[in-house]
Amino acid sequence: MGTQILFSILAAAAIACGIGVVVNRSPVRSALNLVLVLCSIALMYLTLNASFVAAIQIIVYAGAIMVLFLFVVMILNLDSPEPIPNRMKEQTPLAIAGGLVLAAVIGGIVASTSLARPAHGLPSGTVGALAIGQALFTPYWIFAFEAISVLLLIATVGAVVLASRRM
Amino acid sequence: MHTVPIHVSLSAYLYVSAILFAIGAVGVVVRRNPIIMFMCIELMLNAVNLSLIAFSRYLNDIGGQIMVLFVMAVAAAEVAVGLGIIVSIFRNRESINIDTLDVMHG
Repeated sequence: MGTQILFSILAAAAIACGIGVVVNRSPVRSALNLVLVLCSIALMYLTLNASFVAAIQIIVYAGAIMVLFLFVVMILNLDSPEPIPNRMKEQTPLAIAGGLVLAAVIGGIVASTSLARPAHGLPSGTVGALAIGQALFTPYWIFAFEAISVLLLIATVGAVVLASRRM
Repeated sequence: MHTVPIHVSLSAYLYVSAILFAIGAVGVVVRRNPIIMFMCIELMLNAVNLSLIAFSRYLNDIGGQIMVLFVMAVAAAEVAVGLGIIVSIFRNRESINIDTLDVMHG
């Protein structure tokens, strides 16, 4: 019962703050709403016994990525800009309708699929760094791991080039 | 191994994930500020991550969590490069109005 209440609170917080990201005029407020979404999703990871991923979510997403966003918002001084003229006001209701249809379609797929529900329960105990590392360095994932290291190197070089050169 | 009963079903997590994904998709289409559009993309990525972790838990397969780590690495790389592009555009044009960005018009 307690887990259900916790899940409901976290889900409501995530959805409310997600709407806040979209509707807020100011980018800083959107960013802070996104931090709340990320934190509630991290807590949901904890309820799913994924403690390592929850910690990484807080450190990488709510820490590093959001700091980068706020840094760019501050450096470009976008918080009180001249309002960007919206030339496509008429597409807003259409977009909201499309979003509702998208959510309904995905929800319908979930509802119509018979998801196997383990009758006997699931193992307790959280998945920590040891289990993740042992699974990561198996032949199945090791190629993706190496590829992601190359990708991160390319992104680092690309960001430096973009920031340094006058284009 | 000790087992625990399940209280919240897998589909509950998937519904939340679907709603967050739809909110992000609407945000990308509705907003005209590229930084907020970027944040909405992050929201969509997080929605998918949530469903991956939920599947990983309920199917008792650690692969979902490893995929989430990869998605996070790709998202970090994407944000670094994307925000670099936005800063570079702002330097050249003193504006990041997405509707006037037609330099790649052809």
